[in-house]
Order: sequence, then structure tokens, then C-alpha cells
Amino acid sequence: MNVAKLFKPREGQLALPLALFLHLFYVVPLAVLLASSFQQAAGVPGFTLGQYGEFFQDSVNVKVLRDTVFLGIQVTIACLILGYPVAYVFANAPAAWKGILTFLILLPLLTSAVVRTFGWVVILGKQGLVNTFLQNLGLIGEPIKLLFTHHGVAIAMTQIQLPLMILPIVASLSQVDSRLSAASESLGGGAWRTFWKIIFPLTLPGVISGCLLVFAITVSSFVTPSIIGGGQVMYMPTLIYQQAVVLLNGPFAAAVSAILLAVVLLVVVGLSALGQRSRAYIR
Amino acid sequence: MSIAGSNLASARSSSRSATQFDRLSFNWVIGGIAAFSLLLLTLPTLIVLIASFSSAQTLRFPPPGFSLQWYSALFSYPELWTAAVTSFQVALWATVLCVVLGVCASLAMAGSRARWVAAMDALVMSPLALPGIAVGLGMLTFFSMIGWRLSILTLVISHVVICIPYVVRTTLASLTQLGSSLREASTVLGAGSIYTFFHVTLPLIKQGVITGAFMAFLSSFDNITVSLFLSDSRTEVLPIRMWSMIENDLDVRAAAISGLLILSTALLMIFMERVSGLSKFLVKS
Repeated sequence: MNVAKLFKPREGQLALPLALFLHLFYVVPLAVLLASSFQQAAGVPGFTLGQYGEFFQDSVNVKVLRDTVFLGIQVTIACLILGYPVAYVFANAPAAWKGILTFLILLPLLTSAVVRTFGWVVILGKQGLVNTFLQNLGLIGEPIKLLFTHHGVAIAMTQIQLPLMILPIVASLSQVDSRLSAASESLGGGAWRTFWKIIFPLTLPGVISGCLLVFAITVSSFVTPSIIGGGQVMYMPTLIYQQAVVLLNGPFAAAVSAILLAVVLLVVVGLSALGQRSRAYIR
Repeated sequence: MSIAGSNLASARSSSRSATQFDRLSFNWVIGGIAAFSLLLLTLPTLIVLIASFSSAQTLRFPPPGFSLQWYSALFSYPELWTAAVTSFQVALWATVLCVVLGVCASLAMAGSRARWVAAMDALVMSPLALPGIAVGLGMLTFFSMIGWRLSILTLVISHVVICIPYVVRTTLASLTQLGSSLREASTVLGAGSIYTFFHVTLPLIKQGVITGAFMAFLSSFDNITVSLFLSDSRTEVLPIRMWSMIENDLDVRAAAISGLLILSTALLMIFMERVSGLSKFLVKS
């Protein structure tokens, strides 16, 4: 085999280095993680479901799992309600406006998550924007507690995940034939009916892939829940970190990771199947 | 007759006003929510920028006055600069590796319709959706099992896994758009594969590769979940240093470094938009 043949794109060999790399440093580590979740203790060989039993027997852990899934659902719904109109306005905006809108949508996406979370600390803190504003209006006497609450985490996460919902919907909206809504309106369908009966169903693939991304990334994110939640509200990623790094309980952390992976995989596979069906329906 | 006519006219005008109300209410609701969301999107970034110029000793908002004290305080904080340099090195090496591995794989994937392509695609894209914290813990367990000590190398390897989806996604998008006819024409005219790649394919997919590399660089520079497990005191990265600054004592210097990051991200973004049409890939793909 000569070198030139290696570069022939049709051969498929060019994908080999990446495939090997990902198997060695991604698939195998995940398998190792899964295997270690069946250990009694770190380094002790054998097979036991004890770690999983321990997780589900403790109501504190089950509450963490429930809170995490709940947070994921809340943030996904909030992002859909807030994000769809932005995508709609973007798709129908005159070209001159698109530049500035793109900047407004992409800058938060590309700005570091720590920085954005930090912004929410300043907004939600005791001396923060919200409390100062409400106190100046005389609506509250004492500052209200927003940091270290589930609501605080949900608000911050919604803002942070919003661009991930907007982008796929924009892509879907740009594929909708604009003559369809014109036809609907000339036949007497009002703006709302045209939207719900024509536009929204046609953009379901974008909506579904947006929901998939937002849910998966929300239940997996660590920085925002750990800073805004501040150890008082706990989610699965914070639990994994605490067990693995602070309490050095490797096998238990591995079991919690496996449970989180299972939740994410379940939702990803389910929503992808739904997305495929909605795409087939549109064609 | 005239009464019937005026009735018809008023019925028409009331149905027209109903349509108008329908249209108006739609525009107001959609426009209103969109305006609120755009405000929400920009608010934290703006707040951090304003807070970073505060003259106060705490993170009070709105700040009582403005000064550059927190920016100048950054100069006497060597740990921060060490962490920033480490982050920059890791992101740079991870991006280079991602581009080499990712562009090669994309070439093979775009040229084939075989069944392995779908499996490869799922494998490459999966780090986007799977919990980074599980991936990080798995890698730590794996590296300690095979006896590799944590170093900048293990950190770079883990970041390649996390960042590879961006490069493959944008490069594949460019290759699909390009089609195979130009490459075939070049081969028919007697050019070798390597010559065709560097003189025909690469110049035409350059924008996709550059955009992917930019996204890979940013997501490596920003990564915490994987680095939490794979960086130690010798290889501390910037986001982790910032995370502990904010979590432990709400250091106001975090506002200044955040301000610097926001400004450099915004400038880089505008630069990349000029060079490679960043938004074209992010908004359309």
C-alpha cells in the first residue's frame, strides 16, 4: 500500500485514526467506568449490584435524581417557550437586523459558562440586581433568597441553554416554504391558526433536536448548579463530583454516573426516534 | 337595499378587524416574548461587564462607583496567569489534534455511504450529549488503571474527545456542500490524492474547518467537567481556577477576568465572522 492510497477518501481508512482514538480514550474509559460501578469497593474484584442498591435505598439520592430530571424538564420547557419566538423573529427579520441578532444569540453561547454563571450570581445575590430593584420599589424589606435555591438554578440554566434551543429551530424555520403561510392566510387562516397548524408542525424536527440538546446538557451540567445551588440543592453531576473527589468513593460515583448516563441515553434515543418520525411526516 | 349593503360592509369590516386583531395579537405576543428573551440572553454578560468596573469591595449591584481597581488587581495574581497559559496550551494542542483527526475522518465519511458511517457519526457526536462528568470520571479511572500519571498530555487527550464533534460537524457540512465532482475532476486530470486534497478540497472546505477549529478551541478553553478529574495542581486550568474563586469566596477579581474573557470572545467572534462566516455554520447546520 502506498502513501497516496491512504489519502484516497473513498477508502474509509482515513477515519481509522479517529475511530481508534475514540475507542481507546472514550469507549474503553466509559466501559471501565461501568465495570467499576459493579465493584464492592475500589480495586476489589467481583460483581455486585450493591452500589445501585445503595443509591436507590437512600431517599436523599433518589431525591437528587428526581430533582435533576425535574430541572431538565423545567429548563427544556422554559427554553422552548422563550426560544421559539426568538427563532421566529430571527427567521423573519430583515437582513440588516440579522447581523445584530446573530451576535446577541451567539455571544452568550460562546462566552464561558463560568462567566455566565458568575453574571447570575451578581444578579441573584443578596446585594444583587433583583434584590436592589425590589427593595428600591419598596416591594420587599429583607432581601429574598434567590441564590442557593432550585429556582435560581432553573433561571440561570434557562438563560445559559437558550441559544441551544434557538439555533436548531432557526434551521428548521429557514426550510419552511414561505408560500405556505401566505397561502394559508389568503385562504382566511388567521395568524395564530397559520402558526399552530402549519409553521409549528413543520418545525418539529428543529424543536425536538433543540429539546434533546437542552435536556441532555442541563442534566449533565456541573458549573451552574454547583455555583448557583451552592451545595444546598444537589443534582446528579454535583453528587458524582462529591462522591468521587471529596469522599473518594469511586464505585459509588461510577454507579451514579451510570444512572445519569442511562437517563440521558433514554431521552436522547427516545427524542431522536421522535425526530426521525417527524422528519418522515414532513416529507 | 342600502341597509343590506351597509350590513354586508360592516360584517366585512368586523371580520377584517378580527383578522387584524388576530395578526396584531400574534405579533405582540411573539415579539414580546422574543424581546424579553433577547434581554435575558444579554443581561448576565452586560452585568458582569459593568460589575467588573466596580469601585466597591463586594459584588454589590449596581456598583456605587467605577474604577479599574479589579483589573489592576489581576496583575498581582500569578496563579491566574499560570492557569490561563495552561488553558491556552491545552486548547491549542487539543484543537490541532482535533483538526488533523477530524478532517481526515470527515473526508472518509463524506466519500462513503457505507453503514459504518452512521455508526462513526453517532460515536463522534455523542460527547456533545453525554454527561462530561461521567466521561471525565471514566477517563480518570482508565488512566489510573493503565498507570498513566495525570499530565498535560492526558488533559489534551480528554479535551480532544470533548471537542472533536465541532470539527467533524462543520467539516462534514462543508464537504457535503462541495460534492465530489471537483475532486473527481482533479483525479481524472491526473492529480494525486494528496495534491487534490491540498489544492482543491482543502481551499474549498477551509471555512468549515476554521469554524470547527474555533468552536473546538473555545469549548476546550471553557471546559470544566472533564478537567475537574484530569487536571491537578500542576496543570490547573483557567475555568477551574475561576470556579473556585467564585465558589469559595466570591472574589471580585473574578469579575475582571470575566470582563476580559467577554471582550476577547466578542472580538474573536467578530473576527471569525469576517474570516469564515461563523454564523453561517452555527445558524444553518
